[in-house]
Amino acid sequence: MLQPLMKHKSPLNKLDMNIKHYEDLKGIIKIYLPEDVTIDDIELTSHLTQELNINSANLVDIVLDVEDHFDITIEDDEIEKMETVQSAIAIIESKVIAN
Amino acid sequence: MKSQDIIAKLPYTNPFLFVDGIDEVQNDYISGHYTFKEDSFFYEGHFKDHPVTPGVILTECMAQIGLVSLGIFKLKDQDISNLTVAFTNAEVAFLKPVFPSQKVIVTSKEIFFRFNKLKCDVVLRDEQNVICVKGSLAGIFKIP
Repeated sequence: MLQPLMKHKSPLNKLDMNIKHYEDLKGIIKIYLPEDVTIDDIELTSHLTQELNINSANLVDIVLDVEDHFDITIEDDEIEKMETVQSAIAIIESKVIAN
Repeated sequence: MKSQDIIAKLPYTNPFLFVDGIDEVQNDYISGHYTFKEDSFFYEGHFKDHPVTPGVILTECMAQIGLVSLGIFKLKDQDISNLTVAFTNAEVAFLKPVFPSQKVIVTSKEIFFRFNKLKCDVVLRDEQNVICVKGSLAGIFKIP
């Protein structure tokens, strides 16, 4: 008997998300992780500043790298919404799709 | 915005103010100067009986002119009475020593100013126009 697919609680369903966007973002975040955090600690729900311990200066660097990599522009008020990996991907995908 | 207006807004004072004057400022460029006082506190210990301006102090001078003064100019249309600055990145090469009572000229060119983070290419020259220090510096401007 077939099992129904697990329903995700998160608003951004992992199945809807482009896995490549997620992997690309992880690759960018990795560069700015502090010594005590590794790429394996990065999860969709990870809070960039509180859990991954990325400081605000490096958060700017991540956003600038994201802009270059995905060829998008992040506005000043949007950086504040990029609290978790998931919310960052939501912003990236809204822009990549809009382009 | 005049030189003294920018210096008055700098969050530093003696013995840690390393800006005498701003000579030119544009939206993405600044030039300023400072003369290291012979009786500056750090010459007593750096080095024993052989005073040389410490690299960290040269870097600080470059940051005060090249980052903070430029940032204050860029934010001139905003209320920055409660501005705080944080030095976040420095990658510098020290090419020539700077001795007591030497005058230095700092020039800085903006690389980017996004999300209140300013990054610049900054060069410190002596009066003979020889490059003593060059590198890139970045800092965050927080306006509460």
